[in-house]
Amino acid sequence: MKRRDFLKAAALTGLVTTFKLTDGMDLMAQKAVKSTAKTGGTDLVAVMGGEPAQMFQKAIAELGGIGKYVKKGQKVCIKPNIGWDKTPEMAGNTNPELIGEIVRQCKKAGASEVVVFDNSCDDWRKSYKNSGIEEAATAAGAKMLPPKDVSYYRDINLPNGVKLKTAKVHQAILDCDVWINVPVLKNHGGAQMTISMKNHMGIVWDRGFFHRNDLQQCIADICTLDKAAVLHVVDAYRVMKTNGPRGRALSDVANAKAMFVSADIVAVDTAATKFFGQLVDMPLESVKHIAYAQDLKLGTMDLSKLKVKKIQL
Amino acid sequence: MILKRLRLVLGIISLLILTFLFIDFAGLLPAKNIPLADIQFVPALLALSFGTVTALLLLTLLFGRIYCSVLCPMGLFQDLTGRVALLFKKKKRRKYTYSKEKRWLRYGTLIAVAATYFAGWSVMLSLLDPYSAFGRMATHLLRPIYMAGNNLLADVFNHFGNYTFYNTEVFLLGSSSLVVALLTFLIIGYLAWRYGRTFCNTLCPVGSVLGLVSRYSMFRFNVHEDSCNQCGVCARNCKASCIDSKSETVDNSRCVTCFNCTTVCSKKAIRYEFSWKKSKPTETISEDDSVDSRRRFLTTIGVTMLAASTQVWAKGMHLGTNKPWVRKSPLSPPGSHSIEHLNAHCTACHLCVAQCPSKILKPSFLEYGIEGMMQPIMDFSHGFCNYDCTLCTEVCPNGALKKLTVDQKHATQMGFVKFIKTNCVVYTDETFCGACSEHCPTQAVSMVPYKGDLTIPQINTAICVGCGGCEYVCPAKPAKAIYVEGNPVHRKAEKFVDNNKKEVKIDSFGF
Repeated sequence: MKRRDFLKAAALTGLVTTFKLTDGMDLMAQKAVKSTAKTGGTDLVAVMGGEPAQMFQKAIAELGGIGKYVKKGQKVCIKPNIGWDKTPEMAGNTNPELIGEIVRQCKKAGASEVVVFDNSCDDWRKSYKNSGIEEAATAAGAKMLPPKDVSYYRDINLPNGVKLKTAKVHQAILDCDVWINVPVLKNHGGAQMTISMKNHMGIVWDRGFFHRNDLQQCIADICTLDKAAVLHVVDAYRVMKTNGPRGRALSDVANAKAMFVSADIVAVDTAATKFFGQLVDMPLESVKHIAYAQDLKLGTMDLSKLKVKKIQL
Repeated sequence: MILKRLRLVLGIISLLILTFLFIDFAGLLPAKNIPLADIQFVPALLALSFGTVTALLLLTLLFGRIYCSVLCPMGLFQDLTGRVALLFKKKKRRKYTYSKEKRWLRYGTLIAVAATYFAGWSVMLSLLDPYSAFGRMATHLLRPIYMAGNNLLADVFNHFGNYTFYNTEVFLLGSSSLVVALLTFLIIGYLAWRYGRTFCNTLCPVGSVLGLVSRYSMFRFNVHEDSCNQCGVCARNCKASCIDSKSETVDNSRCVTCFNCTTVCSKKAIRYEFSWKKSKPTETISEDDSVDSRRRFLTTIGVTMLAASTQVWAKGMHLGTNKPWVRKSPLSPPGSHSIEHLNAHCTACHLCVAQCPSKILKPSFLEYGIEGMMQPIMDFSHGFCNYDCTLCTEVCPNGALKKLTVDQKHATQMGFVKFIKTNCVVYTDETFCGACSEHCPTQAVSMVPYKGDLTIPQINTAICVGCGGCEYVCPAKPAKAIYVEGNPVHRKAEKFVDNNKKEVKIDSFGF
């Protein structure tokens, strides 16, 4: 490194550390994002019968291509579920092939940088590794970010939250230009289901607060954050139907080979829950956070109001 | 001198690797494949690795206390301290002096260590075993510094978008062990700074045992009177203070085979040579000396007795919290089989504590009683025991934590879950939670229907392994609603019944 480059970099670092993004700036960035995402066409795509990468290719093409969501030169953050020290067959985490494919597409669309992280429940180093996501994402050119230190999180305000008014959110979400939410479809002993909305618990530092203060409401509240994900990709290639979200045996897993993609978080979770209901009885009303989110005007549970595209491969 | 160089190189390598094993929070070294801890004398003895113990004794019988000069990390730490001390001297010369053997102190301590150990208190052995004492110094003093340095580096690198380094939480593992480590560092450090290897030749039980053998070793140091001009340079450079240049004798039972003397002697009067033919061990003991050491010996015994008598008092005290539940039995780590086995085999080197990736192993205070002080205990305030991890059982050099396969670990119940419904947020607030069940690897804690759509934890202790996931994550405050009670003797955990075998086929979206 030349001395000049070093000084420049050092000066930049100084600048970054002194400047903190204000909420106002975040809001501006957010507005721009939302307007690009909601441009007519298909609102929700449901795909069935293919391999993870293939199903994503079909779905994103139907939505108008990744270029609609990721612009050239943008920094992209991908947020899978990497909660557990489990191998892909156990369906505890998002499918690694799917993450690899999304990274590749973002790179192809001209993303300057793609980062991937999750605030894992199990030891994050083991979870990153054994989920296969670290390998798939880095092979496709993404960077895995460490989650387990409070210094990586910054406070944000949630003025529209009912119970949750502030939260510490990982800087990967706050510092990127756009982020894509990639949950895996699982049942959940406490929240009933874990899909796109519940996956937001992996962007915050203090999950205990959620559990202490009405979990279902807090899940809806965190989704009111200014910087919403531009796209929610629900991985239902392998679905954990029982003993979720961790699971304990292969018999907990159904090979459903499906995927749901939408920019509407309420709609995509509604669709995924209805799909899941075919495996195990799961009334939509019991997944309270979905209705709470609709009350917060984050989207609609009425799929008949949307243009839904169903693809059977 | 080639032998001194060889000693230096080997010593530096083993000190570096052993130190790194204790500070390596990121798991960069494959600790379970590095047997440096396993060939330490006391751990090998307690692990009943007769092969290793015999090899070490044989090595000593052949070549003297090589163990002390190239394998023992505490010995190497003292050498390093002596080197540093040299930098602070005006004339960069060693100035050690010969001292008589403190035989009573030396063997008195050895007998006291053995006696207390067989009486069931391994704490004295733990305190004096050089490898374990070093391990505690590295874990409690150096490791936090290393981690803080890493965090500083991580801050800089992360700003430039490089995540090779990542921040990690630095926290106090246990105040009593920190104090013990600090005192060990100060006392042994001071002695090494001023007098060289005093610890090795007065208090160290390994030094005393090996000394009994090295007195008669095949190769040892002798002064050749015909060439010696009694200049005393050998004695000044002897960190074991075992060369009496006036009487031209070397006390080979205290010699740590550092080869300083043979290197500095310009007359080649002191030689490391085959000596079994002319064996004539030195005998130096004076009346004054023995009285002095006997007094110290008795003091040591007295202190130990005093400490033991406070045990009952102390046991009552640590329960004095206002939490609505108290663990009746402490949780001993995976592979320990029972608290009794752990207490009898562990010397509290804290390699497991340093290596545990989930940060749940901590030195105990008085949970096991005085006799088990500083031995590792499971504590779920910073994490929980990873279901598939067996690292602690693989690194333990003492056999205090016996190796477990993943399947064996899954079938072992270290403790069992206890649920206090009235503390649970589902009961108190009537809101959803399920954090405990979420973390439970066997669903010994599962969520069952409660009021309306609510679900509440239900426990099945038979299949619980005692990993502590539920206790760690339970959000209830100030007292948790779910915790793990220890099994003083680990039990068998039953295999959970897999009851969702039916395959469901779906061919539509359902909406």
